[in-house]
Amino acid sequence: MLRRHLLIAGAALLAAGTAIAPSVTPAQAQESVKVGELFSYARMAAFADPYRKGWQLAVEEINASGGVLGGKTLEIVSRDDGGTTADAVRVADELVTNEGVEFLFGTFFSNVGLAVGDYAKQRRVLFIAAEPLTDALTMAQGNRYTFRMRPNTYMQTKMLVEAGRESGAKTWAIVAPNYEYGQSAAANFKALLAEMDPEAEVVVEQYPALGKIDAGATTQAILGANPDGIFNATFAGDQAKLVREGQLRGLFEGRTVLSLLTGEPEYLAPMGAETPEGWIVTGYPWEQIDTPEHLAFVEAYQAKYDDFPRLASLLGYSIPYVIKEMLDKAGSTDTEAMVDALKGLEVETPTGPVTMRAIDHQATMGAWVGRLTVEDGQGKMVDWYYADGADFAHTPEAVKAVRPAE
Amino acid sequence: MDPAFFFIQFLSGLASASNLFLIACGLTIIFGVTRIVNFAHGSFYMLGAYLAYTLTAQLMPILGDVVGFWLAIPLAAAAVGLLAVLMELLLLRRIYHSHELFQLLATFGVVLIVQDLVQTVWGPEELFGPRAPGFTSFVVIFGFRFPEYQLVLIAAGPLVLGAIWLLFNRTRWGNLVRAATQDREMVGALGVNQARLFTGVLFLGGFLAGLAGALQLPVEPANPFMDVNIIAEAFVVTVIGGMGNVLGAFLAALIIAQLQAFGILVFPQITLVLPFLVMALVLVVRPWGLLGKPETTTSHGFAGDRPLRPLGRTQQLLIAGTVAILLLLPLVLGEYGQKLALEVFVYALLAFSLNFIMGAGGMVSFGHAAYFGLGGYGAALLVHHLGFGMEIALLAAPLFAGLGALLFGWFVVRLSGVYFAMLTLAFAQIVWSTAFQWVELTGGDNGMIGIWPSDWASDRTVYYYLSLLVCGAAIAFLWRASHAPFGYTLRAGRDSTLRADAIGIDLKRHQWLAFALAGTCAGVAGSVFVFSKGNIDPGSLAIPTSVDALVMVLLGGIQTLTGPLVGGAVFHLLEAQILPLTDYWRALLGAAILVLVIAFPMGIAGFLRDKLLPDDDRGDDQREAAARGAAEKGRAEAPT
Repeated sequence: MLRRHLLIAGAALLAAGTAIAPSVTPAQAQESVKVGELFSYARMAAFADPYRKGWQLAVEEINASGGVLGGKTLEIVSRDDGGTTADAVRVADELVTNEGVEFLFGTFFSNVGLAVGDYAKQRRVLFIAAEPLTDALTMAQGNRYTFRMRPNTYMQTKMLVEAGRESGAKTWAIVAPNYEYGQSAAANFKALLAEMDPEAEVVVEQYPALGKIDAGATTQAILGANPDGIFNATFAGDQAKLVREGQLRGLFEGRTVLSLLTGEPEYLAPMGAETPEGWIVTGYPWEQIDTPEHLAFVEAYQAKYDDFPRLASLLGYSIPYVIKEMLDKAGSTDTEAMVDALKGLEVETPTGPVTMRAIDHQATMGAWVGRLTVEDGQGKMVDWYYADGADFAHTPEAVKAVRPAE
Repeated sequence: MDPAFFFIQFLSGLASASNLFLIACGLTIIFGVTRIVNFAHGSFYMLGAYLAYTLTAQLMPILGDVVGFWLAIPLAAAAVGLLAVLMELLLLRRIYHSHELFQLLATFGVVLIVQDLVQTVWGPEELFGPRAPGFTSFVVIFGFRFPEYQLVLIAAGPLVLGAIWLLFNRTRWGNLVRAATQDREMVGALGVNQARLFTGVLFLGGFLAGLAGALQLPVEPANPFMDVNIIAEAFVVTVIGGMGNVLGAFLAALIIAQLQAFGILVFPQITLVLPFLVMALVLVVRPWGLLGKPETTTSHGFAGDRPLRPLGRTQQLLIAGTVAILLLLPLVLGEYGQKLALEVFVYALLAFSLNFIMGAGGMVSFGHAAYFGLGGYGAALLVHHLGFGMEIALLAAPLFAGLGALLFGWFVVRLSGVYFAMLTLAFAQIVWSTAFQWVELTGGDNGMIGIWPSDWASDRTVYYYLSLLVCGAAIAFLWRASHAPFGYTLRAGRDSTLRADAIGIDLKRHQWLAFALAGTCAGVAGSVFVFSKGNIDPGSLAIPTSVDALVMVLLGGIQTLTGPLVGGAVFHLLEAQILPLTDYWRALLGAAILVLVIAFPMGIAGFLRDKLLPDDDRGDDQREAAARGAAEKGRAEAPT
């Protein structure tokens, strides 16, 4: 009986604790600009953790060097978005109506980004999407209040298709996870391939369910069509299975492989010595980029966290600087003024200068394209170059054709 | 095409079949004996892989690659077995006396905790294990390369099947397990210590899941998504084979894996839905799976259930008070508070509609999200493609859900128990994958956005009252139906199918209509939900939504009408409060569920009823007399 009472008391305490905890109000509320941030921290921890370290570092630096809007501190109220649209819209609403944040940034999943973007449109709140890749966010379903930092699926696919031009491969296989990112990567690939080389054709397509690839059967299905090249959009666990199975079965020998995201440290580092050599990938060779602004970023990051930066760190780090420039240009936290300031805004980031395109609200942040190799038991990108997003983003005609007018 | 190619594809299918079988056989053994629908089985599998990763890293340098690796695998499996025993001793054993679905709820709490535990201990990035020493290369079969380790996997399935056969047919313990699978009560009556038997079975099941995970390490890096990625398929295989039947699980694994291996050659997109399609087909033709037998136990755990009675004076006052508070709530709640409250209405209705078939009908659905989502999608499609306004959409959308429930209900009511539950799940997954894949119509997994209320209702407070009105009306309707002869008939069928049949009740038809009614009301919840969020995506139809609905019902108390309402409110508020707090919200939520499960074995509302309504402590005779009196009084007062 006693035990049961203790349990009930525990439950009550838990409930009470959760009811009061989230109110973290700073002493100098007048002096700060409050910004809401939401991300799938629990569900996508591998990406979310370095992303958070990135923006926290940048916010610290900004506040240490005078803050924003002439001396105000930048204050981020961070939340887990639960990884679903249902949770994320509620969390966004909590930040806007309860916490009274001036605007929002963050999110990982494409559907979540779209839902929060739509919420932003409905409530007339500014939202800067961090990670969602779907083209729709800045194209067919774009709106005045939504902007995006990361190069979208189209841009990254285009970078790869151009990098694969020299291979001369005529017949192609596509393997992509069966959800929006994979489907739209595949669709973009087919369209861009036809544009680049009308004679090239896709001879086999495989769409394994995310996280459930049957690597043996998929590998064999591709082998059965004997293509010259393979376009891969799987990542993380699926890609790992494909690599192990494919290497043993000789899938990659003598074939050109174009692979999205594989060069990002998030996915490259875990593969270690098994990194597939010769793949042409988009990624982030953080240890080799020696521009002064990038070296400064890496040094500060490693000093603070004793860990190497992932692509997510770079992305997270860049956003507060965009925010700072935007606020200083807008001169206030009025939503319309901030939106107008963001359009065409140029910001210095560790990647180099990035412009927030006025035409579709897509940042021109690029990606690094290179070839994979193994060195000292670690995967590494070689012969890489920086593909500036400005050169790969949708053309103005394409934007006008699908993006709704404001 | 080359016949050799098909042979290699067949071998690949065999290797996946082994993996599926290893995970499913533990699940089916646990279910056969304990009747626990063990959601945590996927977590055991994941832990097997992670423990194997750690053990191989520790042992291979000390003992040499070959010994180290092949010792690490069974050690990891045994460690997982012990964890399963721990779960049985600390958790399940405390709740065997509650409703049998309560164990499901508890294992769901464990799933949430293990997810965060794994990320905390091993980190979020995937971990590459070593390749299996001795089997790192490939052999050439008919000109095709085939990995040696896949051959090991192909052998592992039949080997484990043989070992289990020996264990079950050549040992006394195995005999007891088989006996308990057939008739648990009888085994208990014969003086077998059930608790110890259960502990042993949990160890075996956990061991097998751990083994499956550990053997997967050379193929797949250990990663924090292994549990959710495997658990649905594991259930599918178990059910297709017949719950509790190990050989059936083996056959089912073979069928699924081969269909998958060859299916992707023809329809590369079929990967999402194939297992569920097969399960639906098998269950429609063979209601107890391939080798399963009709369930012998007819008890749904409703033994202590009390008859429904018209509301007493106190209860009427309580309800009137609650309604008054809800009407006044916007005066004190801010915008966000109102949003949260109207979401509670939605989830309360969702849970209430589920309990209409679960509580009154004894039909446990694992796929209630289908009707919630159909309502939502119906509304969104009407607005998005046909340009209708919110008013029409709110009225018409539930019909989508109702029609869906009518269609699927016709099939599912022919089944019972866990097969019923799994067929509802299969249909829900089919609806889900349709919404996921039919991009032109539904927007695929990006979903549809811009589904907001009409101008007059776009104010938060107005929409709050609209939600209260719509959800409240649906709840009142189902409440009324529960007390109508229709509801009593359902309960009669639930308590004794045989006797209900004997007095001439067409039970299937009643159950079918109840299913459609519950589906329609879930659709109401879905359509209200869509306009509160402005968007819909396949997540609303997915397994987690169905599980959430189930959790709400169980948390609140399946044996009370108010239970699901309380459960919906508690669960949603808990989640909304915990979610923003920390990265460990899943573990916190899981812990909260475990605490509630142990503290309130009858559900929260059941607990409150037992404590706060002392009139229930009176004897049965007195209570019935009181009820009769009230009923007669009501009749006398009614105008004639």
